[in-house]
Amino acid sequence: MTAVESSPRAPHRLRHDQVDTRVNLSADPSQPLQLANPIVTASGCFGSGRELQRFFDIANLGAVVVKSLTVEPRDGLPTPRMAETASGMLNAIGLQNPGIEAWVATELPWLHGLGVPVIVSITGKTVAEYRELAEHLRDQPGVVAIEANISCPNVEDRNVVFACRQDATRKAIQQVTSVSTVPVFAKLTPDVTDIVAIAKAAVAGGASGVSLVNTLLGMAIDAEFRRPKLAAVTGGLSGPAIKPVALRAVHQVHQALPDLPIIGMGGVRSVTDVVEFLLAGANAVAVGTATFANPMVTLELTQGLSRWCAERGIATAAELRGALDW
Amino acid sequence: MSSSRGRAPSVQGRADGPLRAQCEVLAYQRIGNYHSLTFVAPEMAERARPGQFVSVAVKGEGTLLRRPFSIYAVSRHGPWAGTIEIVFDVVGPGTRYLSKLAKHSSVDIVGPLGRSFPMPQQAVDCLLVGGGYGAAPLLFLAQRLQQSSLRVNIVLGAATQNRLFNIIEAKRLSASSAFTTEDGSFGIHGRVTDVLERMLAGGTVGVIYACGPMPMLAAVTAIAREHRVAVQVAVEEAMACGVGVCMTCVLPVRRDRRTANLRACVEGPVFNGKTILWERLGRQPDDEVASGEEATAQGWA
Repeated sequence: MTAVESSPRAPHRLRHDQVDTRVNLSADPSQPLQLANPIVTASGCFGSGRELQRFFDIANLGAVVVKSLTVEPRDGLPTPRMAETASGMLNAIGLQNPGIEAWVATELPWLHGLGVPVIVSITGKTVAEYRELAEHLRDQPGVVAIEANISCPNVEDRNVVFACRQDATRKAIQQVTSVSTVPVFAKLTPDVTDIVAIAKAAVAGGASGVSLVNTLLGMAIDAEFRRPKLAAVTGGLSGPAIKPVALRAVHQVHQALPDLPIIGMGGVRSVTDVVEFLLAGANAVAVGTATFANPMVTLELTQGLSRWCAERGIATAAELRGALDW
Repeated sequence: MSSSRGRAPSVQGRADGPLRAQCEVLAYQRIGNYHSLTFVAPEMAERARPGQFVSVAVKGEGTLLRRPFSIYAVSRHGPWAGTIEIVFDVVGPGTRYLSKLAKHSSVDIVGPLGRSFPMPQQAVDCLLVGGGYGAAPLLFLAQRLQQSSLRVNIVLGAATQNRLFNIIEAKRLSASSAFTTEDGSFGIHGRVTDVLERMLAGGTVGVIYACGPMPMLAAVTAIAREHRVAVQVAVEEAMACGVGVCMTCVLPVRRDRRTANLRACVEGPVFNGKTILWERLGRQPDDEVASGEEATAQGWA
């Protein structure tokens, strides 16, 4: 293969508006979860939505995944909360959020009013909190799915990383699915020996799909001052540095559970990154850290994906899903 | 902007608030120990107010995030339409990249961002206190205060003479000025706080505006409180996004009888100094993502 041979599939070009970008995030034919396009925001990289709405209309996105909500409001961790690393960044925010009650009262109606599908990320300290959080979201207009964040490595309570153990994963997800009126995605950490086993545990708990992957736990050190760069010492690594790990996780889970809907993410910043995740088996692709570098990147990716498909004669974005030749 | 290189529109955004634009580099110069870049950015220049900042996309080994810089100067007219000027120190690969940008090259800029310095509601004298090149946004402010016919006094301090930012401009834009260096290489041997008592003695100063390292801002706020003078400070915090989504640049602020971690990028960078819980501030960042100042390494002015 030569470098010139960029499109090996003899393209019959389309106009970009001829491309059907819709994707379905549900494996259940009786309850489809259709998004206008596969681009969604990654939790924690979206704020309340009002911040990005100052730049563009977020209703153009497939869906928005909001910052993880907890039962009580949280102030988060002390600063410094962030350190830039080679092609990535570490963060240790500590889940600063207004609490689910305040969010449901003020932010959700605003998002719903924009007409954008809302996927609500929730995270609990205990199994019982997951149930309580899901109860707040029952029959809330605008909420199309719940993303149960069972893997955030930044919370001060370091003993509880549900997604590192199969039984804890199943139990936490069970609490959410037992009360939820919408599909539930389990957001998993790649910091495990066997992510397929954890994904299967989530499915056993009733998860409709999985979100792959959360940040990897990392650390940065200031050599001159001989101290960790983050106040919390360790934090979640995100950005292009983790993309190969994320692609591997999506691929492995898709191979083991081909029908399981997957929201793929990890270092996505270009259209080809999006396509790579779709090919690995993702139904939708979340964009996180890239938004920090460019607040308009998600909008640009929705437009760029149509063009990418059109130039290659690909009529539907959905046909890219899992279409890896190997 | 300058040319029609096709592709996406060169300016994206809404009718007000921040914009994203590909901006042409019009000028690069050295100001003392610091570097300044001037970009062609007519829409941003029109919207920019003192205390606000822009975030600039940089390239360099492993860099991912934009770098925030407070706005030093804007020109809304002139042969190049509107321009924005920023000041920086080379402290890492991002600022090194900016210091080597060729004239007429194109840079991706988002701005103007953040809350600006509020202008006085009454005709009071203003005291501007800057540490290092924290002076930059204050000189922009001084210009606007002068245009409003307010009396401007300026105190600038730094570790040493070549870290004092633009003494000539500071003198030109003020009715009275004082300069301090910690090593005594220029002006008064000491820190800015050593001369504040004297500048406040007349009792005519109604508001202090300050920008510089956090310990300096805390000390200036304490003096303002003693003298019952209003104080508005522009803080610096490490930030990843600059637009309010990442929650990394927070600081504890008292508001509506409770304490909240507010974002320096949207609720700030300008805060009422008396509302910041200085004693609860986290450790300060050392690297350039911090946004501007030579934070901890140089001590403060």
